Amino acid sequence: MSTENSLPISHWQRLWLYLLGGLVMLFLIAPSVIIVIMSFSGSTLLQFPPDEWSLRWYESYFGSVEWRDATIVSVKVAVMTAIVATPLGTAAAYAINAGTLRLSGAINALLTASLIIPVILIGIGTFFLYARIGLNNTLTGLVIAHTVQALPLVVLTVLSGLRSYDMNQEMVARSLGAGRFAAFLQVTMPQLRFSIVSGALFAFITSFDEVVVSLFISGGETTTLTRRMFNALRDQIDPTIAAISTCLIVLSIVLLSAAQLFGRGR
Amino acid sequence: MSVGSASLGQAVRPDGVLNADVLRADARRQALGLLALLSPGLFLVFAVIVVPIGWLFWLSLFDETGQLSPANYARFFEQASYIKTFATTFKVAFVVTGACVLFGYPLAYMLSQLPRRAASICLIFVILPFWTSVLVRTYAWLVILQRKGLINNWLIDLGVIGQPLPLANNFAGVVIGMTHIMLPFLVLPLYASMKTIDQDCLRAGMNLGASPAATFRQIFFPLSLPGLASGVVIVFVLCLGFFVTPALMGGGKVIMWAMRMEQATSLYSNWGAGAALGVVLLAVTLALLGLFQRLLGARATGVWSRR
Repeated sequence: MSTENSLPISHWQRLWLYLLGGLVMLFLIAPSVIIVIMSFSGSTLLQFPPDEWSLRWYESYFGSVEWRDATIVSVKVAVMTAIVATPLGTAAAYAINAGTLRLSGAINALLTASLIIPVILIGIGTFFLYARIGLNNTLTGLVIAHTVQALPLVVLTVLSGLRSYDMNQEMVARSLGAGRFAAFLQVTMPQLRFSIVSGALFAFITSFDEVVVSLFISGGETTTLTRRMFNALRDQIDPTIAAISTCLIVLSIVLLSAAQLFGRGR
Repeated sequence: MSVGSASLGQAVRPDGVLNADVLRADARRQALGLLALLSPGLFLVFAVIVVPIGWLFWLSLFDETGQLSPANYARFFEQASYIKTFATTFKVAFVVTGACVLFGYPLAYMLSQLPRRAASICLIFVILPFWTSVLVRTYAWLVILQRKGLINNWLIDLGVIGQPLPLANNFAGVVIGMTHIMLPFLVLPLYASMKTIDQDCLRAGMNLGASPAATFRQIFFPLSLPGLASGVVIVFVLCLGFFVTPALMGGGKVIMWAMRMEQATSLYSNWGAGAALGVVLLAVTLALLGLFQRLLGARATGVWSRR
């Protein structure tokens, strides 16, 4: 059995490796843990661990109209992005998986382009385009730009679901008289739902956490949470941001666990 | 004409239509249907990425007076500040990539050797930061590293140092913050490729008398190189165009490529200059990724699909 590998090396001989790996894991996780703890601090000074505890930074977050408005904008945009990107990405993944199209390599490259093209270039380009067609500082503009950035994640997630799905089942349904769309809805989609839900969650979080493009194309009434945070960080370090960050970390954990739980159902 | 004498492709239906024609029409309909499924996504990508970037490229070819000229590109070789920006960017990218290899390789190696359950628990430590906002993590490092930040407060309280160390708002701060953000991009593909290395090869090596160190050096390490290369390329490429961390942690002293683009367009409204910077950045990015794909035949976007 090679699932539980057993090289003739004892865990003791590997102790240095575990120590090193543990340190790197600490490096990766420590900043988030520190921010969560700091967000409950009672003082404006950066002390760790804090001397006194309070919820004042959460009060300052939820009590501020500006932060609340920015949060609402971000949630709206992220929900709409997930709603738009998920069906588009699923449809594209289905078509790519059918694999009968020529140029499928080029199509794949184009759909996943936003993962490797420098985001700053997408930001400047989108701003430039939107300035001509009046989409800057609009929810629609934000949703379109975020959809393009979320699309590759939906495509890749659904595609990996499709790879482990036997398309012959859909063929059977069709040979029994179902139309192509009905066959997809009744046979394929129920079995893909975990990948599709995961894709939707990734689309949501991609939009919610997006900074660079939002920096260019959001503003005024449609200022996103990340844009406001970025500007606040440029000026000074306000502990309110620790409270907001904690909320964002919790959101990431919840969405990732949800995606994981759905994934396990496969 | 009898059906029996025709070859399969020329089979005739009772109504006299060639079967091949029907099949061809069906294939065409199928291809059109699939294209229709792709078209909304492709249209958006085309409109938001291809059109604006093409437009910017066109703009970069003209100088401020609207004359066709190489002025926007010539500037890169003439002005010392641009040369310094490129040098800084590559320096940061090299140092961060190096740090990621140094920290990421042992972690990926450990993950690949752990039993499945332990590995999936440890993997959370890589995946959670991967999906936590870049802004949140940059803020965390500012809190930890700044003049009156956690590390300086600790060290001063302990009496180790009298004056705060300059950890943030400089090169070191940018490197630390960016290493933290890039590390998962190296670890995830590297771990995925290490998992595919057959443990029997290692066992065979040890059976033949190789020490654990020699087994690692002569068998495991060479087999892990393609995965390492794919992590290195993606980290390096992402570093070249990175904006948030250097903008917030560089203290105005570490000016990277992307920041230069933002300044050119937002601050000076010099679209030609910003666009030219963007075109060169994209060209370098695509060249590196293309070279990688040519050499190893793998796609660099794998990091997002294997989870």
